[in-house]
Amino acid sequence: MSDLRNVSSSPHIRDKATSSNIMRDVVIALLPAAGYGVFHFGMNALIVLLLTVATCVATEYIYEKSMQKPVTIKDFSAVVTGLLLGMNLPCSTPWWMAVLGGIFAILVVKQLFGGLGQNFMNPALGARCFLMISFAGRMTNYAYDTFSGATPLAVLRDGGEADVLQMVIGNTAGMIGETSAVAILIGAAYLLWRGVIDLKIPGTYLLTFVVFMLLFGGHGFDGTYLAAQLAGGGLMLGAWFMATDYVTSPITPRGQIVYGVILGILTGIFRCFGASPEGVSYAIIFSNLLVPLIERFTVPAAFGKAKVKGGNRS
Amino acid sequence: MATLTFKGGVHPYDGKELSKDKAIVPYQPKGDLIYPVSQHIGAPAAPVVAKGDRVLVGQKIAEAGGFVSSPVYASVSGTVKAIEPHFVSTGAKVNAIVVENDGLYEEAPGLPIKPFEEMSREDIIGIIKESGVVGMGGAGFPTHVKLSPKDPDKIDYILVNCAECEPYLTSDYRLMVERPEKVVGGLKVVLELFSGAQGCICIEDNKPEAIKIMQKACEKETRIQVKVLKTKYPQGAERMLIHAVTGRDLNSTMLPADLGCVVDNCDTITSIYDAVILGKPLISRVVTISGEAIANPSNFECRMGTNVAELIEAAGGFQTEAKKVISGGPMMGFAMFDLEVPTTKTTSAITCLAADAVSESQTTACINCGRCVSACDEGLIPARLAQFSEKFDLEAFQKWHGMECVECGCCSYVCPAKRPLAQMIKNVRRMVMANRKK
Repeated sequence: MSDLRNVSSSPHIRDKATSSNIMRDVVIALLPAAGYGVFHFGMNALIVLLLTVATCVATEYIYEKSMQKPVTIKDFSAVVTGLLLGMNLPCSTPWWMAVLGGIFAILVVKQLFGGLGQNFMNPALGARCFLMISFAGRMTNYAYDTFSGATPLAVLRDGGEADVLQMVIGNTAGMIGETSAVAILIGAAYLLWRGVIDLKIPGTYLLTFVVFMLLFGGHGFDGTYLAAQLAGGGLMLGAWFMATDYVTSPITPRGQIVYGVILGILTGIFRCFGASPEGVSYAIIFSNLLVPLIERFTVPAAFGKAKVKGGNRS
Repeated sequence: MATLTFKGGVHPYDGKELSKDKAIVPYQPKGDLIYPVSQHIGAPAAPVVAKGDRVLVGQKIAEAGGFVSSPVYASVSGTVKAIEPHFVSTGAKVNAIVVENDGLYEEAPGLPIKPFEEMSREDIIGIIKESGVVGMGGAGFPTHVKLSPKDPDKIDYILVNCAECEPYLTSDYRLMVERPEKVVGGLKVVLELFSGAQGCICIEDNKPEAIKIMQKACEKETRIQVKVLKTKYPQGAERMLIHAVTGRDLNSTMLPADLGCVVDNCDTITSIYDAVILGKPLISRVVTISGEAIANPSNFECRMGTNVAELIEAAGGFQTEAKKVISGGPMMGFAMFDLEVPTTKTTSAITCLAADAVSESQTTACINCGRCVSACDEGLIPARLAQFSEKFDLEAFQKWHGMECVECGCCSYVCPAKRPLAQMIKNVRRMVMANRKK
């Protein structure tokens, strides 16, 4: 009995996938939209993205070091948060706002609640809303190059026409990573192909939103209007990359559908009746808060409990 | 016809290439044979021999300790050396009969059988009970109990579980390829007990050779069919097998017989044949010795009670350091801290892994990705159950159907954060079961 062998409870083998692989896939999927943002908005956009990513990673590192916790920056989750935050800011964001947002996202929203897996709200969106409320003027300053126009959604709201083709390509005013629906969809397709996300949340979200806009948008079956609403603002980025955030969405399959429906309705309400033409971020962080409740009501029936089949045969 | 399957499950590397083409070789033990009196679910068997007694091959050395129990037979001839507690592959210490092998293999008279046509239902079940046959897939549930449901007329399916979904295991595969007549013969014995039932030999589609051979073997049998299942772990789990073949869903409050099904493992069925037709009690089984660490992966016809270390030597020993040696397969088997343990009725394989994924991977925080939910064949939310387990919240654990877990291990396997989900859930299931017994 001198040299005992390794024992552990079964199973004794593990799949190759790791959390950092998954996070890395999300980063890869975000690159087309981020890249388009830099191409479209110029160097300022790149600086904002780099600042938010660097701040998020640094904040996580410093916090964990000072709290003598294991350092988890290698899991890429802080990179994802930083990248998403940067993509949710306008290119005119001053450096200190980007840094402040990054610190808020990681320190307040994520780490103070226990770090990875424990935050109840999407860190990037929490920070975006924090900045939006604190510095509304700067956060809605979409000026880039020599162009200082309003976002397509604002134009639509004021009764104007939107150029849907330009919106789909992303050649409009807006947040760095939000304008190009095509680039976002390329990333989303990658995530679907890799099995990182499935259609349950984004599918029901977008579908519910379309139905809501048909009923309450005030434009009836106006295809151009609906397309503009879908491609405009943060809906695409929100539906594919932030509503699908694992930590802050329900884990129960039925709960994910409920969550998507709530997101769609809230986004519709905020966009149609709210003070701002945009409502995706608020819809998502509000729904984040409902997740524990949604899960509690959507516990799936276990195998063999749902229906009694063949039990009463003669 | 669509291939039969179930929802959930995983596709681990199956490692069957290593031993699937190795024919079954009888192995004659050299050292002492150790027979634990508890190789089955139920009351331990009671020894009927004493130290110093001479025993023969096929001689009963321990009597069933009740209805849900099973006798134990000597697999060699020799002298009873001791009756003392001994470690078994699960890590437990169990009272065991130790027999010194004299190498003569002198045989005791067989079981008292009649020609099959003259046997009554009671005769057949009596012989099966007497022969010591238990569920040889791993659980070790006494087979005669399974074959005695309250209402035999309600049974309409006899499923032979040849799925063998555990990675590395090839013992059932070799049985089907080499002894198809025994599989069919054993199934015919069971069908005799249930006049309204049809027999299904259930095989995963990664064993085309076995499917072909079994189809040929039961060509003329009107009551027997081969069912081809999609290859996916844990297809061989009783609930998944019944679901795939019959569409009926079993839960923890039911027995297969409640749904009209009797499920028996491949090796169990061949042992039924040996007992009822040939009059041979259960003294040997096929054991796969495999894994990357094994020099010469093999399938042995192994006498019960053979020392595991001896079997590994017989398979060429270790070619690289075995980081983990498992009794059974890597998904549900027991890791052994010591190899000086006997093979028992439920030892289907010894898997020797060259790498230990468990000690090599680092557990990180749950990211709520839901992969465990997709993998769970029982439709559970393993991530939440594990959280309840960490807090010992037994009430929430049961509310979220934790007791329906079959401990297949899929959740732990897929978890990207390498969290020991199945292990945490298992722990609390044991606690709840212990509380229920109070």
